[in-house]
Amino acid sequence: MRIEQHPIITFNKGRKVQFTFDGKVYEGYEGEPIAAALHDAGIRVLGHTHKLGRPRGFYCAIGNCSSCLMVVNGKPNVRVCVEKLKEGMAVETQIGRGDIK
Amino acid sequence: MIHTEIAIVGGGPAGLCAAIKAAESGAKVIVLDRNSQLGGQLIKQTHMFFGSQKQYASHRGIDIANILISKLEDYKDKITVMLDATVIGLYEDRVLTVDQGGKYIKIKPDTLIIATGASEKFQAFPNNDLPGIYGAGAVQTLMNVYGVAPGESVFMVGAGNIGLIVSYQLMQAGIKVKGVICRGPKFGGYAVHASKLRRLGVPVMPSHKVVYAHGKDKLERITLIKLDENKKEIPGTEFDIEVDVLCIATGLTPLAELLWQMGCEMKYISELSGHVPLRDKNLMTSLDGIYVAGDVAGIEEASSAMVEGSLAGLCAAKAAGHIHPDFEALVADCHKQLYDLRSGPEGEAIRKGLSKAELKEVGL
Repeated sequence: MRIEQHPIITFNKGRKVQFTFDGKVYEGYEGEPIAAALHDAGIRVLGHTHKLGRPRGFYCAIGNCSSCLMVVNGKPNVRVCVEKLKEGMAVETQIGRGDIK
Repeated sequence: MIHTEIAIVGGGPAGLCAAIKAAESGAKVIVLDRNSQLGGQLIKQTHMFFGSQKQYASHRGIDIANILISKLEDYKDKITVMLDATVIGLYEDRVLTVDQGGKYIKIKPDTLIIATGASEKFQAFPNNDLPGIYGAGAVQTLMNVYGVAPGESVFMVGAGNIGLIVSYQLMQAGIKVKGVICRGPKFGGYAVHASKLRRLGVPVMPSHKVVYAHGKDKLERITLIKLDENKKEIPGTEFDIEVDVLCIATGLTPLAELLWQMGCEMKYISELSGHVPLRDKNLMTSLDGIYVAGDVAGIEEASSAMVEGSLAGLCAAKAAGHIHPDFEALVADCHKQLYDLRSGPEGEAIRKGLSKAELKEVGL
């Protein structure tokens, strides 16, 4: 959900772009963190823990806590709270630790 | 290998002020920041700062960031800014290794200022990892920098200044805040912030804590319990609140990994919120030529981080052979500003913490 009106801040958004999350098409603004666009789309579960499969989401927003690791354009363990959204990005839920190719 | 006189790790309020004063002294500086813009956490602070004119009181944090960044511009020939640059190692021979967009860079500075800031603390209760439970700073970033609401309704844990201010900012963004709690019998933040919330109908409730978070894939409900004056749970006082966001504002802890790696003498000081480097009065650590400034040296406000940055910048420049023409006066002024910021009952814990972090004079 976007904040449309704010008494203090004017948000400088990039241009609207499309990306996919687990194959489905979504819209976001270029240059914002992938997690912001996903959050706007109501997507809270970004991944699952390795052993117990517990759902994990956004937590620190500064690339510090490793709660938001996802697969982006085939690359695993991308911190989506700091990785910037670009047109046509393929974002996927990560299962397991991911492979280094 | 890149050589520089001073490397500054972190481009927040402390790092920026350090860079300005070091460059003003005549030193060549590289400022490294892992983000794609300078300003650190100032960029999401939409509230006006307290303090005195020298620390930009009555300016909003976002505006202070812009003022500092534009001052940096005045020293273009002295200051190199490296963004999206994460310092991944700091070695005994004082070589910094940096990852910048997949490129591996080595930097060898004569003196070094670590101003890496802090990270948010977690809270221990069952299901504290459910999506929807966020750090207060993260909520601020999401709503104030990117304009995305964290959820429909929020409950705030922690009634220090961050908890109170972020609650108010949530209301400004049109998001419902169902309440603010803290464990102690008295909230820690300024009364002015708490009163603002209470006037808007938000309950600020001391002596409460979260005992359980409920939800399948994301947060749906929390269970709170009342605490007695010794912060012990009062059985039978549990109650539930429906929320989709729980915001954790129970403090920060220094991001001191690089100092550990380098071998600085560290000490756990609870008043400073974690392991901090021992330092002399001019912010030099136990290692000659390695300085610290801001939250990495102990959690305080952005105003003291800026003054510490200036002080570290002046002293690191001197150690690198560039003495500011007004060195003595400026250093004395920094000490005075820090003294003032930490005076009074609010500064008591900080003063106590800092007295334990003193390094017996080695340099200067």
